[in-house]
Amino acid sequence: MTNLVVQSCGPMTSLQDWGRIGYQGFGVSPSGAMDRRCLAMANALVGNAPETAAIEFMNLGGSFTCNDGEISVALAGAGCTASINDAPVEPNTTMVLREGDVLKVGHARAGTFAYLAVAGGFLIEPQLGSLSYHPRSRLGGLKGAPVKAGDRLPCGPGAQQVAPMHLPLDPLEENGPIRVIMGPQDDYFTQDAICTFLNAEFTISPQADRMGFQLNGPQLEHAKGFNIVSDGIVDGHIQVPGSGLPIVLMRDRQTAGGYPKIATIISADLARFAQMRPGTALRFRAVSRDEAVAAARQMKDWIDALPSALVPLRFDLTTEHLLSTNLIGGMVDALSPKASDHTP
Amino acid sequence: MTVEFGSTIAPELNGKVLALDALLRDNPPAGLIETVPTYRSLTLQFDPTVLDYEALIRRLEEATRDLQPQSATGTRWRVPVVYGGEYGIDLEDVAQLHGLTPSQLIEIHTSAVYRIYMIGFLPGFAYLGGLDPRIATSRRTQPRLKVPSGSIMIGGEQAGIVPMEMPSGWHLLGRTPVLSYAPEREPAFLFAAGDEIVFEPMDASRWDDLEMAALAGAPVAERVSA
Repeated sequence: MTNLVVQSCGPMTSLQDWGRIGYQGFGVSPSGAMDRRCLAMANALVGNAPETAAIEFMNLGGSFTCNDGEISVALAGAGCTASINDAPVEPNTTMVLREGDVLKVGHARAGTFAYLAVAGGFLIEPQLGSLSYHPRSRLGGLKGAPVKAGDRLPCGPGAQQVAPMHLPLDPLEENGPIRVIMGPQDDYFTQDAICTFLNAEFTISPQADRMGFQLNGPQLEHAKGFNIVSDGIVDGHIQVPGSGLPIVLMRDRQTAGGYPKIATIISADLARFAQMRPGTALRFRAVSRDEAVAAARQMKDWIDALPSALVPLRFDLTTEHLLSTNLIGGMVDALSPKASDHTP
Repeated sequence: MTVEFGSTIAPELNGKVLALDALLRDNPPAGLIETVPTYRSLTLQFDPTVLDYEALIRRLEEATRDLQPQSATGTRWRVPVVYGGEYGIDLEDVAQLHGLTPSQLIEIHTSAVYRIYMIGFLPGFAYLGGLDPRIATSRRTQPRLKVPSGSIMIGGEQAGIVPMEMPSGWHLLGRTPVLSYAPEREPAFLFAAGDEIVFEPMDASRWDDLEMAALAGAPVAERVSA
């Protein structure tokens, strides 16, 4: 069996799929990929279903080898670059890793989360229906652990039989306000607080991880205290504790909580929000339920259409040739003032 | 979407939450992803591209019209507890606070039947209702950063069983070798919302044997008839 062997990686590297569904009633966070679009892209490039588990990188990359055969792999997200044996590989392309090759994944340059998928997925027993690693539940990954140096991750059947492809897309180019549906507890806030929330600029604080993103900005005033009897939480809930500073609850969040939630980021904008780095400024815009559902449908269609967006990659294409045909587009973080530095 | 049945902690409210949850579990509409029952509300996660919002509202209105509170699941667990000493470092202080001897406090704590209102915060953390008001104790001003797994705690009018080491401001009366959550065990979770719990004092000399049994996958808690 072919293994992907981890030589080195950052501390927040983990296996993630679509998430662990059905155990929130027992207190288990759903976890799962922070950016499903990029997970789906990496998977499409190696012929996998969009929700197949891949290695999620947070800010830092890593280096990998393989043993007993060769495997097709693909990297997508956060403007990460890849090289094989120190030769750069075009972004968003299928790569073939042969025994003895060293794949290096660079650090994030335009976002936070990137995904490395292997053709056929990983042959690891799911725990409670998912490979998503969740630290507090000690579930997912290899026996409830993050991905770390020395790991040998067994790859699924068909790992090497994939035609090399290119995906000329970059979802990180999208921008605009983050769309929210107000509530469920917007009545716990003053009219001024609601107005501030929808008009002021917030920035992502350095306290941003897979559990939640704390925001900096004006304080939001509660109208009737900040204790509620705990109720259920969904991804994207924006809770406001006593400090008045909002916290957006992300994939590794707890399942129930006792702070009022002023609004909820719509599912279609959650991945885009997750890729915002500390210091990024953002605004919120309230939308109707119909608009949120339309956006969710659009996102689903975008993911479903990924296989048909693949372009066959010929190995005799040089870097220069690919760039001249402008298939790739700039890996630009439109919200970063240094975006131009990152344009190829 | 969250269906709210009220804003307080009460058995009737929680009973309705669990009744609706059971109804949806038995006959789930297409597009319903999962449900999260809490003290007073049922949160529904659904795929709005499959399950139409208005249709779901109609379905829920219909389901809640004649909803009878679910009294309990019928499963009652007897949970052995070593009280006091290193197992329950707050037992004496809590007893003193209420003008009781430690054994009187244990007597009051073990004579109640507790109901699991919800499981949350951490995997397998059971929030229990049914604490005798005579021993209700306001939380510690300074939460502890680490409370050992298996701790039997009270905080305000609530009681709880700790599934794994966690921070808490509740008072520690004792400790059980029972693991309410063990990811490698089948089933991983022992208790469900709506189950009942009774506590039974056990001697510290049995701790090692029962702890080893629990780590090997035995439930250690015993199912008893209600």
